[in-house]
Amino acid sequence: MSSVSLHSRWWQLPIWLMAGLVLMPVLVIFFSWQSAQVDVWQHLIATGLARLLNNTLMLMLGVGVMVMLIGVSLAWLTAVCEFPGRRWLDWALVLPLAIPTYVVAFVALGLMSYSGPVLTLWRSLFGPQAWYPDIRSPLGVILVMGAVLYPYVYMLARSAFLQQGRSLTDAARSLGLSPWASFFRVVLPMARPAIVAGTALALMEALADFGAVAVFNYDTFTTAIYKSWFGFFNLQAAAQLASLLLMFVALALVVEQQARGRGRVHQQNHKRHERIRLAGWRGWFACCYCALILLLAFVVPFCQLALWVVKTGFAGLDARFFQLMKHTFLLGAISAALVALMALLVAFGQRLSPSRWIAHVIRLTSLGYALPGSVLAVGVMMVFTLLDREVLWPLLRHFLPNGQVAGQILLGSVAALIVAYVIRFFSVGLGPVQSGLERIRPQLQEAAQSLGHSQWQVIRRLYLPMLTPSLMTALILVLVDVMKEMPATLLLRPFGWDTLSVRVFEMTSEGEWQRAALPALTLVLVSIIPVILMMRRSRS
Amino acid sequence: MRFLGTAAAVTASVVLALSGCTDKKETASPAAKKPEITVYSERVEHLIKPLFDLYTKETGVNIRFITDGAGPLIARLENEGEATPADMLITVDAGNLWHAAQKGLLRSIDSPILEANIPNHLQASNNQWFGLSARARTIVYSTERVKPEELSTYEDLADPKWKGRLCLRTSKKVYNQSLVATMINTLGEEQTEKVIRGWVDNLATDPYSNDTLALEAVIAGQCDLAIVNTYYFGRMQKENPSIPLAVFWPNQADRGVHVNISGAGITKHAKHPEEAQKLLEWLSQEEAQYMFAEANEEYPVNPKVKPSPLVQAWGEFYGDLVNVEATGYLQADAVKLMDRAGYR
Repeated sequence: MSSVSLHSRWWQLPIWLMAGLVLMPVLVIFFSWQSAQVDVWQHLIATGLARLLNNTLMLMLGVGVMVMLIGVSLAWLTAVCEFPGRRWLDWALVLPLAIPTYVVAFVALGLMSYSGPVLTLWRSLFGPQAWYPDIRSPLGVILVMGAVLYPYVYMLARSAFLQQGRSLTDAARSLGLSPWASFFRVVLPMARPAIVAGTALALMEALADFGAVAVFNYDTFTTAIYKSWFGFFNLQAAAQLASLLLMFVALALVVEQQARGRGRVHQQNHKRHERIRLAGWRGWFACCYCALILLLAFVVPFCQLALWVVKTGFAGLDARFFQLMKHTFLLGAISAALVALMALLVAFGQRLSPSRWIAHVIRLTSLGYALPGSVLAVGVMMVFTLLDREVLWPLLRHFLPNGQVAGQILLGSVAALIVAYVIRFFSVGLGPVQSGLERIRPQLQEAAQSLGHSQWQVIRRLYLPMLTPSLMTALILVLVDVMKEMPATLLLRPFGWDTLSVRVFEMTSEGEWQRAALPALTLVLVSIIPVILMMRRSRS
Repeated sequence: MRFLGTAAAVTASVVLALSGCTDKKETASPAAKKPEITVYSERVEHLIKPLFDLYTKETGVNIRFITDGAGPLIARLENEGEATPADMLITVDAGNLWHAAQKGLLRSIDSPILEANIPNHLQASNNQWFGLSARARTIVYSTERVKPEELSTYEDLADPKWKGRLCLRTSKKVYNQSLVATMINTLGEEQTEKVIRGWVDNLATDPYSNDTLALEAVIAGQCDLAIVNTYYFGRMQKENPSIPLAVFWPNQADRGVHVNISGAGITKHAKHPEEAQKLLEWLSQEEAQYMFAEANEEYPVNPKVKPSPLVQAWGEFYGDLVNVEATGYLQADAVKLMDRAGYR
């Protein structure tokens, strides 16, 4: 085994590179503490910091429970069972992820607000004074966010169940466990790393969300960050608040790491599995359940968007629209490939140097995802300007003494934008790959190496085929996330590199929600094809 | 390996495609001699691009721009410092321009054209920024349930007779922060806070996240009136001229209707300050003024230019003459005051 330990130092390189990339903007944000913003802090504490924290915790709890229940149940049904409609529900259930959260929030509000069609009908049925369900409530926010964010858990749990195969359930059943008991005592614990990773992604997204909570006027900790920035013109205080948020998330990640460490489980069998047939009413019930989730989380918002597109007469559809689609897809595809590659390297690096410290360093690479988007974008921008000014200009001046060196090299380049995406969405790619790798027994590798295979051969012939579902999950999630990303795209895009989400921003920032439907809908359509293709591959 | 291979192939082809793109652009740009003005704009593309296109057609000067919120754009300007490519900053409120000027990101401009075209209270006293359109924030009421005689001032909306009848947008929106800032300016903090507390007591429902939702709530009967920017009402009216809503101009006997601006300044480290100034001056002249305002049913700042017919139909009003700078330096106070008053 000496060859492994010799190489393992090199395998740590991607880990440190990734950690460095993520920690640069994070450090910039922590740097805001060089002077205390007493004024803002006093005001916050005096006027309802407690309410904000309470709201935030409630949101976390609600969204966490909801995405776990929906995500795991759907994943188990589509990955392990067979029922009518399963083949297309399998990929369609990812689609809610393709609509930006705040667009779904706005659609939900449009449909369910007092002046919307649902409550108008309600009042005509029960009278104008009757009680009515208020979507602008904590429960409303939780339902909307849960509906959009469950695909994280669904995707990760699904690839766990696919890798796990059916033999486990069979073994459990043959030992006398009931179907339910075998699910809760064998199947579920083995998928735990995946479920936890998916839930962590959903929670971080909910924590950092500004768009959807703003639509509902639901105040969270992130709301306070933006209020300090835009209301008090105090970016420094905003960064201080954001750094507190980060510390909280870092703590949660370390705790999760500890929990995961105890629950390590490895796949026992890689046999192609047979599905459990849900016959008769069970099959139809499963189908209806999946379809109902899809209806509420995707079909209804999709149709509302389509209606608005028709109503606004396709306003804004011009020749440049094709270019918007191209930019959106290119940025998404490049970033997704890069993130998946880095995630793979980092996950292998972790396996080859299994120290607790390395594990903690890797957890920190997730922090990019926990920051509110605009705050991270500003942090990344500051890092790029610093690099331009302190590293690239002097270098260029050195090599080109006569050339004019000024302006921007990194900032405003496509490369910088992609690096920003990688920083933000690395954890979205890492989660699936890591939990996929954890399910593969290390003994397999030792066996292969003892047969004389080099490390690269082991990776190529053993790991990659087994990791295909996880890699496809990582690619889809990152692709879709990058395509709908807004704050970093807005701030860091090169001139002329507008994307669909930029167009969504331009319409919504002036309150023209209906005109935002066209770019939002196109975003969904651009997502659908790669999602279908990759979900197909992840099954084989 | 197939994955790695695919990833590599995709990346390689993309890099090729990208380098191809940029090459094409560089060789194909004919106006390389003419300077190119760079604009950072919070005012969104469909409201500025038609004007920029017209300017390019008339003068041959190219304009490139990016859009984003004012907060990130100002952070970017500050961060870029001398290296900034931006010549001009456009925002959709005065407070953010004031803030950018405060940070030393803008430069003073002495331009007789701008002075002649833009009223004094809609530009910075240090000439660092200028309003290009005016946005009136006023009362819109249900014609079915409110008689205009019942209405008088913003302050009157705190009266218990409006209990359960008022809809407001969230205090987190800068338009409300600006309105309250100008109220602090004339009424003082104590009096303003009383008024805001009165508004909160009179709310029919939690504040909405945008003006359109508040207007729709008035139509649906959840409340009887709302405080909104007129162009949101204009958009709804354009779509459906018979909506049962009407504009009321408050405070006509004292300080007048609250007016904010969408405006612009030229950056301190502009690379083409003269060209940018010419663009700004062009934007303040009659043809551009009508287009600029009409695109969003706003009011031109140039007194020689009439607003669009739809807007003219709401009648003339007397607008608050306090310099819109007040919305900047009193904004933080306004936010705190609204927090204290429980206005979310």
